[in-house]
Amino acid sequence: MKTFSEFLAMGGYASYVWSAYGLALIVLGWNALAPGRRERALERKLAARPERRSA
Amino acid sequence: MTPRRKRMVVIGLLVLGMGLATTLILRAFNQNLMYFYSTSDVVAGKAPTARDFRIGGLVVKGSLQRLPNSLTVHFVLSDLKKEVTVTYTGILPDLFREGQGIVANGQLGADGLFVAREVLAKHDENYMPPEVAASLKHQPDATLTR
Amino acid sequence: MFERFHQYAAPLHFHRLSRKLSPWLFGLSAVLFVAGLVGGLVLAPADYQQGESFRIIYVHVPSAWLSMFCYMVMASAGAAGLIWKVKMGDIMARASAPLGASFTFLALATGSLWGKPMWGTWWVWDARLTSELILLFLYLGYIALQSAIEDRRAAARAGAVLAIVGVVNIPIIHYSVEWWSTLHQGATVTKFDKPSIDVSMLIPLLLMALAFQVFFFAALLVRARCEILEFEQHTAWVRDYLRGGRKV
Repeated sequence: MKTFSEFLAMGGYASYVWSAYGLALIVLGWNALAPGRRERALERKLAARPERRSA
Repeated sequence: MTPRRKRMVVIGLLVLGMGLATTLILRAFNQNLMYFYSTSDVVAGKAPTARDFRIGGLVVKGSLQRLPNSLTVHFVLSDLKKEVTVTYTGILPDLFREGQGIVANGQLGADGLFVAREVLAKHDENYMPPEVAASLKHQPDATLTR
Repeated sequence: MFERFHQYAAPLHFHRLSRKLSPWLFGLSAVLFVAGLVGGLVLAPADYQQGESFRIIYVHVPSAWLSMFCYMVMASAGAAGLIWKVKMGDIMARASAPLGASFTFLALATGSLWGKPMWGTWWVWDARLTSELILLFLYLGYIALQSAIEDRRAAARAGAVLAIVGVVNIPIIHYSVEWWSTLHQGATVTKFDKPSIDVSMLIPLLLMALAFQVFFFAALLVRARCEILEFEQHTAWVRDYLRGGRKV
């Protein structure tokens, strides 16, 4: 079984492998959070509109 | 024809036209889209002589020679039909090894020697653990000896 | 008559369904991500040639597949909006563009991080890499078009035409490695033969691909809800929904 530091070293390719996974985390995280934030902001904005007289 | 059907036909023609135009353009520029010339192309004189171009092929097993006290290497590239000798000074990529596919960028000398400025390794589409690769390598021998 | 009813109702029902579905899909993708990461980073053996660096495959290939899949979603939704005037088509096309752009970027960036140690270069202008870069520009062009045209219907129409025209790029990306000599290697999994990857490496790859796919649908649902709210902000049901404590 590999030790944890060997795992982190990725056979000498640590910088490439972990940068790739880090980028994936950023892209996935942004796509998971940003739409939800936008939805809440939009709902607040639309709910705060003055009532319309007629539809 | 209903407006809907008309829209469908227009979009169908649009896709068809784009596909046709793209096919023709790609055919016209086919040679420019090739990332490298094969060794057969180079031996047949299809590659440019006055400027840099890329050559691709397999490094022939046993052909790699390192000049002593320098980073210069000589090796023979082959596409299993024709061979071209390449010389390169510099650090080779991790995947570079004999039997491996590579792409070299440089110029062809009058003597037929390709002087590379840059060597890139091309890896294949196979992924397997080292043990499997080792057993695959030994399989033909095993069947021969049996 | 039926069509009018249908058009009015579709976004409302989609919005309601989407609110129920998206948390579950995010949860499912998280489970798949954990399984795929354990499989890909820990359990899968190192490659016989590329060693540990081949583990980049588990983020590179799923994002590359998704970048093309998402484009087909965007183009067919746009076409549906154009031909049948389906409002949901316009909405889905608009919602999928930022997702597609970000996964195309991820495929290019992780590919670059893989190319440097293995090929010896961050970037080459071969047919595969160039056509994938064109895909990114198609997404960015679509997004720019959406923000440049004020009128939503006109923007949806122009975007749909761009997306449909760009479909020709998809087969080019896929077959580029067969049609031309490229530095990028040929297909490993998506070919008619048996995949040329060991099972212990293939299973985590399929798990990760599924995780990315489910994640894409989850995020798409949330983005589509935003677009629905904006498209339909003057309708009675949106007002009811917003007033009713968002429990409609």
